[in-house]
Amino acid sequence: MADKVLMKGNEALAEAAIMAGCRHYFGYPITPQTEVAAYLAKRMPQIGGTFLQAESEVAAINMVIGVASAGKRVMTSSSSPGISLKSEGLSYLAGCDLPALVVNVQRGGPGLGGIQPSQSDYFQATRGAGHGDFHMLVLAPASVQEMASLVFKGFDLADKYRMTTMILADGTMGQMMEPVSLDMGSVNEYDKSWAVTGTKCERKHNIINSLSLLPEELEQWNIRRYDMYKKIEEREVMYDEYMTEDADIIVVAFGVAARVARNAIVAAREKGIKAGLVRPITLWPFPKEILKQRAKNAKAFVSVELSTGQMIEDIELAIRCTRPVLLASRVGGMIPTPEEVLEKIEEAQKIGGEA
Amino acid sequence: MKTTNILISGFGGQGVLFTGKFIAYEGLLEGKEVTWLPSYGPEMRGGTASCSVIISDSPIGSPLVPKPDILIAMNLPSLDKFEDAVVPGGMIFYDSSLIDRDVKRTDVKAFPVPATKIAGEEGMTTLANMIVMGKMLKESALFPMDAIDKTIAKVVSAKRQNLIELNKKAISIGSEM
Amino acid sequence: MIVFEKPKALADVKMHYCPGCTHGIIHRLVAEAIDELGIEGRVIGVAPVGCSVFAYNYFNCDMVQAAHGRAPAVATGVKRADPENIVFTYQGDGDLAAIGTAETVHSAARGENITIIFVNNAIYGMTGGQMAPTTLPGQVTQTSPYGRQVESVGFPIKVCELLKNVDGAAYLERVAVNDVKNVKNAKRAIKKAFEYQVQGKGFSLIEVLSTCPTNWGLTPDKALKWLEENMMPYYPLGVYKDKYAEEAGK
Repeated sequence: MADKVLMKGNEALAEAAIMAGCRHYFGYPITPQTEVAAYLAKRMPQIGGTFLQAESEVAAINMVIGVASAGKRVMTSSSSPGISLKSEGLSYLAGCDLPALVVNVQRGGPGLGGIQPSQSDYFQATRGAGHGDFHMLVLAPASVQEMASLVFKGFDLADKYRMTTMILADGTMGQMMEPVSLDMGSVNEYDKSWAVTGTKCERKHNIINSLSLLPEELEQWNIRRYDMYKKIEEREVMYDEYMTEDADIIVVAFGVAARVARNAIVAAREKGIKAGLVRPITLWPFPKEILKQRAKNAKAFVSVELSTGQMIEDIELAIRCTRPVLLASRVGGMIPTPEEVLEKIEEAQKIGGEA
Repeated sequence: MKTTNILISGFGGQGVLFTGKFIAYEGLLEGKEVTWLPSYGPEMRGGTASCSVIISDSPIGSPLVPKPDILIAMNLPSLDKFEDAVVPGGMIFYDSSLIDRDVKRTDVKAFPVPATKIAGEEGMTTLANMIVMGKMLKESALFPMDAIDKTIAKVVSAKRQNLIELNKKAISIGSEM
Repeated sequence: MIVFEKPKALADVKMHYCPGCTHGIIHRLVAEAIDELGIEGRVIGVAPVGCSVFAYNYFNCDMVQAAHGRAPAVATGVKRADPENIVFTYQGDGDLAAIGTAETVHSAARGENITIIFVNNAIYGMTGGQMAPTTLPGQVTQTSPYGRQVESVGFPIKVCELLKNVDGAAYLERVAVNDVKNVKNAKRAIKKAFEYQVQGKGFSLIEVLSTCPTNWGLTPDKALKWLEENMMPYYPLGVYKDKYAEEAGK
């Protein structure tokens, strides 16, 4: 405990990136993630790294592609509107099978939206990060500690599978301070013989490319990637559970919503309602199996989200709609109160009892 | 298992966020679970700033403080906005040299502290927040008062030795009121 | 006896360019410069979107294929990842002067130590001959069927003239590949741009006036003539900026 320090989520995330061996960061200012850039602008020059404020989000993500192509760990961060601009690059990263870490400290949308916390980029992150058939690994921190540890883990997963890892945080996680331990362990090394590092006239030239005009070939590239996605769905699912063993009502929530849900569950238990929480840590791959398993004994589900109901579709799919799933949500930068979530739990208890 | 929800509010520049950070650090050093969450917005200076601090013996769920046990109000808009949110039996500490009205609630304990006035007299104009906080730490008995020196050393840069002494003095003025 | 060899930096594959297209010449000039400077093992090229999209197959060095217009940003990343490597982009007019204008201007402003080979043929080639940011006033294309009407679609962008005023740019020259003399001059400029990068002198861009017989609807020899008579007056050849020559002259 003694080595714990009080840090803002955005700063803990930035420091963890450095500890993961990231020496290149490209960004563009946007609230509420600016501390990431400010922190790295100070730190990177101290350790011989590169901090560069790009002319746009589009340029920043393409600089990320450049460094990733050269086989080095690289990161960019932004908030919702900026991520939309990066979506072209996210698709190219996938098409070129490049590892990178992208942080989205979400704010309310659509359009310019607001600057308060939101989780309304869930679909974008898990479904439509850009054109084409692809996935990103999507990690959702629910504490400052996870802002650090999931970044460290995220770099590892990115290298392991040659994919983009997205940290899907929200304004609360970025802005809040909590005690954090920066003891991250050692960095795994991965083969990067595919990278463009210069042939040294010793090998055939490497090409980083997403283009193929031969449909037969492009199909194979996609199938190969999808086979890998299946393996990831088997191996890399992460979630956390709280009081689910005997639960009649399963609350599903990630990020700040999971923190609020936890209070509501404590309150529900005090009222004699057996509620429990499944907190997805990986949003892709989504923890389908555990939800299916919990559905066997649960009467109903409640999805708590800072959106008009996006993750709820994944819950319904995971349990094949065998139980009612209610939505407790606030949007536009508003955060549901524990009381609002408790109301939904009580409603779920009623509906579940009837079903 | 005890959880204390604290809300600190005032003008930007009154050290509201720092006060919260100090309390959170104090909690951390005392081995408690803590969260600190600022309101954030486009107003860099002059607007209303607030932050939520939670100190608990058990893991903290939501870091938001909609119903504070303790409110520190450094200006009138803050008292107007948050007075009703305080839980019955809660405490309100406020800078009575900037707020010229009494707390209306009768089910809470109110502690007026003429902090800005005292800070001016003592030559520590930027430390009114620490005076109010000193009073709060004393009355709430959140932490042992003798633990505070350690926290000051942690949150105030060692390079600013004079500030360490000044902060200590401000907290002790508040706590002895 | 071998009297004429393919440069080592050029891959031994068949190019897809149309007959009479000057991309092949420019590829060769880039490869010759790489060979002569002995930097093949540490050169990394960035291919654009456009006719030269397949450039990644034609050079023997490591290559990255970038999104449309983003080559200078990708090159920035590649260069920053390992500043010892020599990084160039090869871009057409639509890629560099329309969709990628911001990346072009800002990589120049940063004085990014990279080399840009900018092939200006006044038209979008790969998509079948649409109006480019460098299409001349009055020039007929698929999307300017009545000739480029400057009153409604505006004027061509003169890239070297534009970048001249960007302090970060070190070396800007416009050349052409319409005849032997100009080809030799283009080679000199391209080599110099690479040399500048090797010496750490910063951002260089060589604009090469080039032909597109297919989409211009001309035979190769008439296309060369058209370049001479129409493009060269609008886009005068010459050195637009050479920071180091200017400093030496002072």
